[in-house]
Amino acid sequence: MPVEPGAQSLLDQVAEAERDLVDAAARDRPDAESDAYFDAVIAADQKIEPRDAMPDAYRKTLIRQIAQHAHSEIIGMQPEGNWITRAPSLARKAILLAKVQDEAGHGLYLYAAAETLGVDRAELYEQLLSGRQKYSSIFNYPTVTWADVGAIGWLVDGAAIVNQVPLCRCSYGPYARAMIRVCKEESFHQRQGFQSLYVLARGTRKQRDMAQDAVNRWWYPSLAMFGPPDGDSTHSAQSMAWKIKRYSNDDLRQRFVDMTVQQAEVLGVNLPDPDLRWNEERGHYDFTQPDYEELMRVIKGDGPCNRERMANRRNAVESGAWVAEAASAYAAKHNNRQEAMA
Amino acid sequence: MTGINPLWEVFVRPRRGLSHSHVGSLHAPDADMALRNARDLYTRREEGVSIWVVPAADITASSPQEKDAFFDPAADKIYRHPTFYEMPEGAEHI
Repeated sequence: MPVEPGAQSLLDQVAEAERDLVDAAARDRPDAESDAYFDAVIAADQKIEPRDAMPDAYRKTLIRQIAQHAHSEIIGMQPEGNWITRAPSLARKAILLAKVQDEAGHGLYLYAAAETLGVDRAELYEQLLSGRQKYSSIFNYPTVTWADVGAIGWLVDGAAIVNQVPLCRCSYGPYARAMIRVCKEESFHQRQGFQSLYVLARGTRKQRDMAQDAVNRWWYPSLAMFGPPDGDSTHSAQSMAWKIKRYSNDDLRQRFVDMTVQQAEVLGVNLPDPDLRWNEERGHYDFTQPDYEELMRVIKGDGPCNRERMANRRNAVESGAWVAEAASAYAAKHNNRQEAMA
Repeated sequence: MTGINPLWEVFVRPRRGLSHSHVGSLHAPDADMALRNARDLYTRREEGVSIWVVPAADITASSPQEKDAFFDPAADKIYRHPTFYEMPEGAEHI
């Protein structure tokens, strides 16, 4: 296992996780009838599969985490979807469409992985709409200019990748395999954002200001994506013991900062933190923590766009219901016809 | 949802010459729509040349708890492996 997340390139790490998954599968499995089976599989870095015996709390934790992840992908289509019709060129529009379509796909991979734990898809949709399950706080911030699309790709997807690459090694097989798929596709998301900002940062005065303004607004919310500091993180210790999580919130946040500072220099934008500086002793950048009270407020439903995001989601379900009904009616009609002919 | 919009398991053949492998699942009202959805969901980057969709409800799986009893009969038949037989020195091409 790599000592530090993000030490190699993203795709190298994903490929390594995939190789380790295959290697672990080739090793002997613990005795399935033994009471210690679950712990032995975790200890051996092998994967728990859907029909294996597992502690109830493990199943519940995974359902909560995978569902929240799936909801984030689905709600995450909205901030960028806002700019599809106003992308500045046909090429940018095609790229943005492909990216938003990927987010939908990632949501569906994850819902499918959650369903292997015995929860129903309709139930998951319902829990998002009723607010009982959450999605990432980051998607409650508005996308006010075109540069926000670039900043989201670079910073938000960059942070998501630092979070998600270790999940390729999660102890639950269907989640780990879904994450390998997601991470392979995610690399394009971050690069298109970086490249789009790079162009703006070399444009007119107005374009450069727009790029900087977007970075100023997305920097701290991106840092908050890693969750509360380790001391306040309620689920972390157990999730680490179960190898659902591999690194703490603060370790991943630090890794993200260390990676991003150099990229900001190449881009030619400033990260909006006067206290950001290299700490020789620690071997890491010191930085200002995001406002965790704001994070909690936004998670609880009081961010700038929470109501709008949920209203749009509810509207999509309600106004799209006729499509699902028509598809079912069509399927039923064909079934009947085939039965009549048989 | 499982009633009117059942779950389908999706298998993709990555290239000619390789077998179909399980990639995930999705919901769809019938097989045709499942196939189209599978194309959009699992082969957006030319990951496959052929797709199978199978109603998840039609799959019968062996239970991991019964794994030992179920597969045991093969365990004591080591004479099925070529390495069981020691060849005398000098025997070539065997």
